[in-house]
Amino acid sequence: MVGIDEQDVVARPGGAASPRRVQRVPMGLMIPAAAGLAFLVLPLAGLLIRAPWTTLPRRLTEPGVLTALRLSLQTATTATGVCLVLGVPLAWLLARVEFPGRRLVRALVTVPLVLPPVVGGVALLLAFGRNGLIGRWLDSTFGFTLPFTTAGVVVAEAFVAMPFLVIAVEGALRGADIRYEEAAATLGSDRWTTFIRVTLPLVAPGIAAGALLCWARALGEFGATITFAGNFPGRTQTMPLAVYLALETDLQAAIVLSLILLIVSVAILALLRDRWLTAP
Amino acid sequence: MIEGMRRPGPVVDAHIVVDRGTFRLDIRLRIESGEVVGLLGPNGAGKTTALRALAGLQPLTAGHVTLAGGDVDRPERRTWTPAERRPIGVVFQDYLLFPHLTAQDNVAFGPRRHGVDRRSARQLAADWLERVGLADRARLKPRQLSGGQAQRVALARALAVHPELLLLDEPLAALDARTRLDTRAALHRHLAEHPGASLLVTHDPLDALVLADRLVIVEAGHVVQEGDAATITAQPRTDYVARLVGLNLYRGTADGQTVRVGPDLALAVDDPLHGDAFVAFPPSAVALHSSRPHGSPRNTWPATITGLQRNGDNLRVQLAGPIGVAADVTPAAAANLELAPGQPVWVAVKATQTRAYPADVQPSAMTRDAR
Repeated sequence: MVGIDEQDVVARPGGAASPRRVQRVPMGLMIPAAAGLAFLVLPLAGLLIRAPWTTLPRRLTEPGVLTALRLSLQTATTATGVCLVLGVPLAWLLARVEFPGRRLVRALVTVPLVLPPVVGGVALLLAFGRNGLIGRWLDSTFGFTLPFTTAGVVVAEAFVAMPFLVIAVEGALRGADIRYEEAAATLGSDRWTTFIRVTLPLVAPGIAAGALLCWARALGEFGATITFAGNFPGRTQTMPLAVYLALETDLQAAIVLSLILLIVSVAILALLRDRWLTAP
Repeated sequence: MIEGMRRPGPVVDAHIVVDRGTFRLDIRLRIESGEVVGLLGPNGAGKTTALRALAGLQPLTAGHVTLAGGDVDRPERRTWTPAERRPIGVVFQDYLLFPHLTAQDNVAFGPRRHGVDRRSARQLAADWLERVGLADRARLKPRQLSGGQAQRVALARALAVHPELLLLDEPLAALDARTRLDTRAALHRHLAEHPGASLLVTHDPLDALVLADRLVIVEAGHVVQEGDAATITAQPRTDYVARLVGLNLYRGTADGQTVRVGPDLALAVDDPLHGDAFVAFPPSAVALHSSRPHGSPRNTWPATITGLQRNGDNLRVQLAGPIGVAADVTPAAAANLELAPGQPVWVAVKATQTRAYPADVQPSAMTRDAR
């Protein structure tokens, strides 16, 4: 009896009730879905179509373009480094330590995520500007000012991008099996060593994904940067700022700069998809 | 590395009280050096909580844990030693080998944290892997190991820190039957060689009987029976223990050679005794008849079949009646009687195959430490 039943079950998927059957999609969903896709893709296609392909190699090597690109890559990478050093411990604190006001802290961490970047730039000026809360002290003690410097660009980018990293890493830490940390403790490992030797390697993919998102956000940062660091070529003019400036004088240059940013972004997305986003 | 700290007296002297709202664990444990104690009980009895309390992964609500003569947890004096400073080694149920480290680095992890330099720790780990027969697997990552191999790496990792107390949480539960047999034998050998105390948490009676010198049986957060395997298998004191060792068990009032176990049923027994008593007999001692049997068996009563299942080569028959009882019958007898659920039969048990023993005597091990 049992054997026959099992045979029946095995035989079924190939039969009439195969799950491979194509499902009908209601038009009420299909049309807006297609429109939504077109809305997302068409502007990018426009960028590709209008790109001055013939003069592209010459325009890419123009000194202004390369300077902006180099500055963008340098500041985004440095900002990501700052976010890693400060954000991973913050994520660990939120994920692993019970303390009063933890919900409030988590809400505060996510504020820059929803804050208009220009407002972030104004807030940074009030804190780190020459007359700001911390800026005044920095100026009088070290003779060091952040606004309108390359370091200021890094600060603005880190401020806007860090929530991406903290949220991604906190999620990874919550998803990681805490019992590995307990196992480490029973082997004589204190919490710091456990964090370095066990927790970090276990959540490394989550940290890498968070760092990439953070880097992409920093690379595209505009509002906070132009407010806090200004728009000085070679010093604070990153790619998005250069695009904005070029748009007023030279549309072709703006398209080229945009194209570069688009390629970098798509490359990151592809990297993320292949390496981490598809992993469970 | 923790050797030399040993003082006379038991390695473990604990009164574990953990209160978690609806559940309260309250057990006393003493484990001597070289002794393997099996903590046995059904799921949810509090076994793993007890192990975690000893390991320092679960703080006590009250009571105390004393390891190798030193208090590591005593809430009333605010004494607390975290897991990393307790002289313990733990083999977790699913091993929890660090997935990013090789087998050798997993074993070397403990010695490194105890201050052994990198080279010596790796050598120590290699020696331990050799002892568990995995010298050729040292460079593999945990995901490349079979279940049995991972279990042995976990054991080597726990033993590599020379723990005073080795804690094993269901160490064989994740293995298939065949691997389990081999691994159980190997584990038995390593436990026998371990100079410190060992506590084995399991819900499998066979693991406990094979591996432990002494059994502590926990139900619903309390110790219900304690003793060596022979005593517990011969004289179970709760339904759980009786089922565990495969006996029918009843509690009643004895008056000479009869024990009244229900309003309408008194069982004749061979061992004369008086007062509160247990009667136990194996399912193989129960005979089933289609009509009232004549002749020698004095214990007979009508019953109804409620269930039938395979049990080795025999059929295990569950019966309802004045007392619930399990019977083992051969397939031939079952066919002969045309056994089916709902069918009425007559049950017969010979007095000579029953064991009766007093119910109100506490085993010495339980009273020794009480109050």
